[in-house]
Amino acid sequence: MRYACLRVGRRYAFLELVMDYLYFPGCTLYTKAKNFDQTARNCSLLLGFELKELKNWTCCGATFPLATDNIMALLPPSRILATAREEGTVLTTLCAVCFNVIKRTNRLIQGDGEKRDKINNFIEKNYQGDLQILHYLEILKQDIGFPQLREKVKKPLEGLLAAPYYGCMLLRPFKEMGFDDKEKPTLFEEFLEALGAKAIEFPYKIECCGSFQSVGSPDVATECAYKILGSAIQNGAEAMVSTCPMCTFNIDHKQSDIKQKHLDFKPIPVFYFTQLLGIAMGLDYRTLGFEQNAVDPLPLLSEKGFL
Amino acid sequence: MKIELTRQKVHNEFTKKVELISGQNLFACYQCGNCTAGCPVAFAMEVGPHEVIRYTLLGLEEEALRVNTFWLCASCLQCTSRCPKGIDIARVMDALRMVVLRKKERKDAIQIPEFPEGFLEKLPQIAFISGFRKFLS
Repeated sequence: MRYACLRVGRRYAFLELVMDYLYFPGCTLYTKAKNFDQTARNCSLLLGFELKELKNWTCCGATFPLATDNIMALLPPSRILATAREEGTVLTTLCAVCFNVIKRTNRLIQGDGEKRDKINNFIEKNYQGDLQILHYLEILKQDIGFPQLREKVKKPLEGLLAAPYYGCMLLRPFKEMGFDDKEKPTLFEEFLEALGAKAIEFPYKIECCGSFQSVGSPDVATECAYKILGSAIQNGAEAMVSTCPMCTFNIDHKQSDIKQKHLDFKPIPVFYFTQLLGIAMGLDYRTLGFEQNAVDPLPLLSEKGFL
Repeated sequence: MKIELTRQKVHNEFTKKVELISGQNLFACYQCGNCTAGCPVAFAMEVGPHEVIRYTLLGLEEEALRVNTFWLCASCLQCTSRCPKGIDIARVMDALRMVVLRKKERKDAIQIPEFPEGFLEKLPQIAFISGFRKFLS
């Protein structure tokens, strides 16, 4: 039997670990989204599984190449998949973009023999596409189960009106991702309700945040973020919940730009879903990395009595 | 704007190049405008994605490549998932980008030295990796 030691509240707890998941963090989770990575690892210990980091991982490329002849851009995710297959059969990710790139590449390797051979020749591996790619939320739903998660919640987030923001990469293309319904997904809502929060329904929940346009046309990305946040606020949200460091940058860190352009805009905190999970599981709020959030969530959390 | 159509232009080399890179059949498009209606960045586009597809199909290379539409595409695949004809429009937009970026002038769509100071430091890695892949030749 394996155990982990973790500080929960004021005490240290010994936690029994039942399972391991091979885990690919991705570039941003090591730097600008450390809070996302760290909270997910701690929460997983509380839920009885460990995220075992993939050895020698590299960046996944951050975009799935849409030009059909661009095989070069498929090599980094293929190399990740091939090394992961040497260590296990399931690979899990947290970042929605990594999840999208890796899962789509995996599907492509499964289905396209010609490209598979080309890729394998180049990376000098023999990977056949037989890895299962899971998002952290899928593990929570399928392997832990939301009813069981609800039982493990120590501090229900009662009274918190949170807007679950899916973004695009988790869901689309629907056929390849198979994450949830393409127009009306509900997995994220179920997750928030298991934590005791109230999930706000808003029309922009699957709309794109502008993604990499924050490099090419920052104003356009700011406008996209304003529409998403505005719609959530109008529907009564007090906070946004995100699964992606890119979305979080656009909807959290760009709120100061939005404020300059739209004077009536009132900033709201944006959480990673694992941060909310951490609060609900009773982790000390000082270990949840709120200092990396652009809009300080502590006033809201203390107002709700979660600290 | 006056557009001249000739038999030589319709479905010419340019169109075929876009079809080849994207792997899509542009003749399938019947101009319903679902892509433009659902596009989250359509408000900033000079013409909608469906119009760019039409230009491309008619072989109007200059008209298709001069607009900002495909540069603004964020590859969120909303259009792709809603196209009633099953065209992967995001792939068409990416193919148009590639047509420009692969020209021998190698003209980039963003100039990194012109970024304001501290801009790159603020961005998460994920944004500039994907941005550079989409905008640099």
